[in-house]
Amino acid sequence: MLEINDLHAEVDGKTILKGITLSVKAGEVHAVMGPNGSGKSTLAAVLAGRPGYEVTGGSVSYQGNDLLDMEPEERAAAGVFLGFQYPVEIPGVSNSYFLKAAVNAARTARGEPEIDAVSFLKELRAALKDMDMSDDMVKRGVNEGFSGGEKKRNEILQMLMLKPKLGVLDEIDSGLDIDALKVVGKGINALRSPERAFVLVTHYQRLLDHIEPDVVHVLADGQIIRTGDRQLALELEDKGYGWLTGEAA
Amino acid sequence: MSTSTEEVRDWIKTRKYSAGFVTDLESDTVAPGLNPDIIRFISAKKNEPEWMLEWRLEAYERWLKMTPPSWAHVSYPDIDYQAISYYSAPKSMADGPKSLDEVDPKLLETYEKLGIPLEEQKRLAGVAVDYVFDSVSVATTFREKLADAGVIFCSISDAINEHPELVRPYLGSVVPQGDNYFAALNSAVFTDGSFVFIPKGVRCPMELSTYFRINELNTGQFERTLIVAEERSHVSYLEGCTAPQRDENQLHAAVVELVALDDAEIKYSTVQNWYPGDENGKGGIYNFVTKRGDCRGANSKISWTQVETGSAVTWKYPSCVLRGDNSVGEFYSVAVTNNHQQADTGTKMIHLGKNTRSTIVSKGIAAGQSDQSYRGLVRINPGAQGARNHTTCDSLLIGDACGAHTFPYTEIKNHSAVLEHEATTSKISEDQLFYCRSRGLGEEDAVSMIVNGFCKEVFRELPMEFAVEAGKLLAVSLEGAVG
Repeated sequence: MLEINDLHAEVDGKTILKGITLSVKAGEVHAVMGPNGSGKSTLAAVLAGRPGYEVTGGSVSYQGNDLLDMEPEERAAAGVFLGFQYPVEIPGVSNSYFLKAAVNAARTARGEPEIDAVSFLKELRAALKDMDMSDDMVKRGVNEGFSGGEKKRNEILQMLMLKPKLGVLDEIDSGLDIDALKVVGKGINALRSPERAFVLVTHYQRLLDHIEPDVVHVLADGQIIRTGDRQLALELEDKGYGWLTGEAA
Repeated sequence: MSTSTEEVRDWIKTRKYSAGFVTDLESDTVAPGLNPDIIRFISAKKNEPEWMLEWRLEAYERWLKMTPPSWAHVSYPDIDYQAISYYSAPKSMADGPKSLDEVDPKLLETYEKLGIPLEEQKRLAGVAVDYVFDSVSVATTFREKLADAGVIFCSISDAINEHPELVRPYLGSVVPQGDNYFAALNSAVFTDGSFVFIPKGVRCPMELSTYFRINELNTGQFERTLIVAEERSHVSYLEGCTAPQRDENQLHAAVVELVALDDAEIKYSTVQNWYPGDENGKGGIYNFVTKRGDCRGANSKISWTQVETGSAVTWKYPSCVLRGDNSVGEFYSVAVTNNHQQADTGTKMIHLGKNTRSTIVSKGIAAGQSDQSYRGLVRINPGAQGARNHTTCDSLLIGDACGAHTFPYTEIKNHSAVLEHEATTSKISEDQLFYCRSRGLGEEDAVSMIVNGFCKEVFRELPMEFAVEAGKLLAVSLEGAVG
């Protein structure tokens, strides 16, 4: 589904990614771990097409198409979803209005008619329940005045509604207490299917207690220095990143 | 009504006429220039009573001694007031486009985006259909229903002739002839506008609208509107200039006066989209308008809501004089400027009565190379015990070539006053745009959504159908503002 080959990228003239090669098949969950500054979030940003992140080499193929050639909204239309580490606030735009616009953008891109109000509301209610969020949360402005944890739940709520093919979640666990972490994990697990893949970017192993990954990668200084299975994450928790990078973490 | 050359000549023959008037007469427009004869001509064309003509001439004398205001944060070349024609009857429909094929496709594209139905597009574009394009026709449609309620809604010219006893005491009582340069000019030469009278205890059964005023392609530059709400009455009035007009720089100097007596309420909403000029700042309307409401009675309320997206230069401060005790003034404004537009707009809240309250919510959105200013005055006079004002003034910048300025003035002469002022300036952030785009929204849809969210507080004050239209209008106005 996703083939990343020797990807190089820089931000503000500083090289961050120094040759990432990674292959994600449909149905798989990959965890990308690494110390701060290793390039994890940059990888997520490049995959979603964030402006300011310049790809200087390599390629990314998504379902056989050149992902890097697509605008952010085209990537979304093709089923790529980025869960933000710091979701932004859009004051005055109600969460439900925003969600509906996003759902309809996806449907329009697939050549489907816009969703009718009743079906939308039904799906939204179900998703809210899964995320343990109150109805009130969708009447408020997008992330407006939300706590850190509420923002993260809202990201997963959007993902549940948009049902992407590839979910790239950037430190979705940061700032979450243990209960919220469970809810977020539940939301992601609910979407796991043989047609869908996830890339979870995380600093801590604890997220993986809730979402079992198929593959774990360790990123350091812009390169993948180790790939393994769930055991690798557990070992990391035990020994720290210094174990692999050769420094004290 | 049309003015043929013959008619004008006939008229001139019967009057004393000063030199220079006859030259360059068009078939439907009097020669440029302003002098007492032109004013007499206008007054005579409208069959006005003598007092009205005297009033106009008095205004003209005042105007002669005045100079155009220079304090606003706008710049435009000096206007040659002798180069303007002050009476222009609608061109005959025969001169207009015969079908939509003859209308500027860009104009039609805009109507399309605004969701205006085809029949209405024809009307707006001035295509010859049997239709009368002014506020009078709108009034006519509902005349019976309004008459049953005792409401008078007609053109100001008709009102001067048919209801002088209602017009005379109020005309100029809120905006005096010599109030400012443009108001004086308007008082001398106004040619159109609406009159609304709501008698005691009546709640106007429908929203009054002058939605089609824009159709008067060749007139209406100097409108004058007067709304009088008697004791315990209520009226909501909508003014829409929702079609862009293709034209040279044109002066539009209107005056609007509102009078609310005891316990009366007037809600006045405007969606203004006069032609703003092209992408390079060529053409467009100079929109120099004086709007003022007088809360003359106790417990009265006047509320202004405006969405200003058009005009090349805007100079406009819808204001409230809170004379009656416990009276309430409100001003909700969204001003959008793009390309080379300039807007200096805001309000004045003059607190005279006890326990008077005012609310100001101003949302300014600047894009392109445009420049806009919020200018607001809150004055608490010595007698205004217990007055309160709350002002929120937010600016949103799109791009880095535009400017937004805030000029708040306060004059407090009573120490019991409580004033609150909040102001913010923000930019549409890259982060917000990227967030929307990564959820599948195109860049322009994303900008439109963010801006609509920013304006929500004001839009919710608008009547429903206007709010929808205002949202669409915003999207059209900001087209091409990013990227």
